[in-house]
Amino acid sequence: MTPARIVLYGFVGLVLLYLIIPVIIIVPMSFSSARFLSFPPPSFSLRWYEAYLGSTAWMQATKVSLVLAVSSAVISTILGTAAAYAINNSKSRLVHSLQIILLLPLVTPIVIIAIGVFFIYAKVGLLATIPGLVLANVMLGIPYVITAVLVGLRKFDPTQEMVARSLGMNRLRSFFVVTLPQIRPSVISGMLFAFISALDETVVALFIAGGENQTLTKRMFTALRDEIDPTIAAISSLLTAISFLLVILIALNARETKAAPEQDANSH
Amino acid sequence: MFLLLTPALAVIVALLVVPLLWLAWQSVYHNGFTLENYRRILTEDIYWHSFLQTFRIAFIVTAATALLGYPVAYVAASLPRRWSIIVLAMVVLPFWTSVLVRAYAWLILLQRTGIINSTLKSLGLIDVPLILVNNEFGTVIATVHILLPFMVLPLYATMQKIPAELTMAGASLGGTPSHVFFRVFLPLSLPGIIAGAVLVFVLTLGFYITPELLGGGRTFMVSMLVSRNVELYNEWGAASSISVVLLACVFAIFWAASRLIPVERLMGMR
Repeated sequence: MTPARIVLYGFVGLVLLYLIIPVIIIVPMSFSSARFLSFPPPSFSLRWYEAYLGSTAWMQATKVSLVLAVSSAVISTILGTAAAYAINNSKSRLVHSLQIILLLPLVTPIVIIAIGVFFIYAKVGLLATIPGLVLANVMLGIPYVITAVLVGLRKFDPTQEMVARSLGMNRLRSFFVVTLPQIRPSVISGMLFAFISALDETVVALFIAGGENQTLTKRMFTALRDEIDPTIAAISSLLTAISFLLVILIALNARETKAAPEQDANSH
Repeated sequence: MFLLLTPALAVIVALLVVPLLWLAWQSVYHNGFTLENYRRILTEDIYWHSFLQTFRIAFIVTAATALLGYPVAYVAASLPRRWSIIVLAMVVLPFWTSVLVRAYAWLILLQRTGIINSTLKSLGLIDVPLILVNNEFGTVIATVHILLPFMVLPLYATMQKIPAELTMAGASLGGTPSHVFFRVFLPLSLPGIIAGAVLVFVLTLGFYITPELLGGGRTFMVSMLVSRNVELYNEWGAASSISVVLLACVFAIFWAASRLIPVERLMGMR
C-alpha cells in the first residue's frame, strides 16, 4: 500500500468514527448508575430504564407516539401507493406537475410546515388531538411512500397488468392480484420510512401536540432543553434499537427486490 | 387515474399548500396592503443577522460535508463490494437515528464536563475545559454529523458509475495518479458533488432542533426566528414574511440546481 493510500484510509477511518461514536455512546450512558454524566460510568445499573418504564407521563407519551406512527404509516402507505400508481400510469402533463406538489413536504423547511399546520388546526379545532397528529404525519409520510413505490413500479412491466385485464379482470382486481405482489418490497420499505419519519417527528409535534396527547419526541425535546436527564439516554437507546431493527428489515426487503427480475431502473 | 391521486393531494393541499398561500398573504396584508414586514427583515439587525448566520452555517456545513464525505465515498466506491457495504452501512446507520437522540449524544460528548473535555484533561492537554457546545461550533459539529450521509450517498452513486477503464486509460497514457484523479475522476464526479451540496445546503437552511438544543441561544437560525415569532410573540406577520423569504431561497436553489442535474436525482430518488 502506498503512503497516500494509508493516509486516505486513516482519514476515512476517522470520519467513520465521527459518524458512529455519537450513535453508540448513549448505550453505556443509559446503563450508568450516576445521576450526572461521567464516562466511563462509575457502575452499571438499570435505574434509568426503571425511571422510564415507571413514569406514567413517559409511558403515555410512548403510547401516543406508537399509535401515531403505526396509523400514519398505514394511511400514508395507502394514499401514497395510489398516488404513485397514478403518476406511473398517466401520460397527462397535469399529473406530472402535480407530482411536484406531492413532494413539497420533503423540501419545505419543517418549521414552516409546523406553523402552517398549527394555523389550520387552530381554525378547525384539531390542536392536541390524535387525529390531528396522525393527519400531519400522513402528510409528511406520503412523499416517502411515493418515492419508494415509484422505484418499484418502474421495475414492473405494465403489460402484465394489461394481460390480466384482457383476460377479464377489472383494473382493481388486476392491481391487487398481479401488480401489488410484485411491488410489495417497495411498498413495505415506503411504509417503514413513513413509520420512522412519524416516530422521530419532533418539530410539528412541538406546535400541535399537547395536553394528554404529548408525543415522546416532544417530551424528550422539552426535557433536553431544561436539563440532561439520563432517562433520555435510556429512551434514546430504545429508539435507536427500534430504528436499527427497521433498517435491517428494509435491507432484507431490498434484497428481495433485487432478486426480482430487473428492468431498467434508471430510466426516467 | 386522477381519482387515485386525489386523496394524497387533498392532504398535502389542505395541510401544506393552503397554509403556505395563507402565509404569503399574511406577509403583505395587515389592514391593507403593506410591505412593512419585508422592510423589517432588511432593516432590523436581529432579522438579517439571523439570515446571515444561517447562510454562513449552511456554507460551512456544505464545505465540511464535501471535504469529509468525498474521501469516504471515494473509498467506498473503490473497495471490493464486501468492504464497501461495511463502509456504507456505517454511513447510513446514524442516518436512521433520531435527530434528537444525536443532539443528546453531542451534548454528552461536548459539554464542559463531557467526555471530550474530561479525556483531554486527564491526558494533561488542557487545564480549563474547552467551550465546545452552546455556540455555533457545537451546532456545526452536530449539523455536519446529521447531513454527512446526504453528501456521501449521491457522491457514491455518481462515483460508482464512473467506468474504471477511463482512469486506467488516463494512467496508461502516462498520467500520474494525482493527474488522473484531478483531470479525469474529479470532473466526472462533479454531478454528485453538486447534488450532495445542494441537498446539504438547503436542508441546513431549515435546521431547527440542532441549533435550538446545541446553540445555547447564541446560534439564532432563521427557523428559530420563525418559531419565536409564532410561539412567544404571536407575530404572524413577521413569521410569515420570514417564511416566505426562506422558502423563496430554498426554491431558487433547487430551481437553479435542476438546470444542472435532473430533479429526481436531487430529491434522492437516485
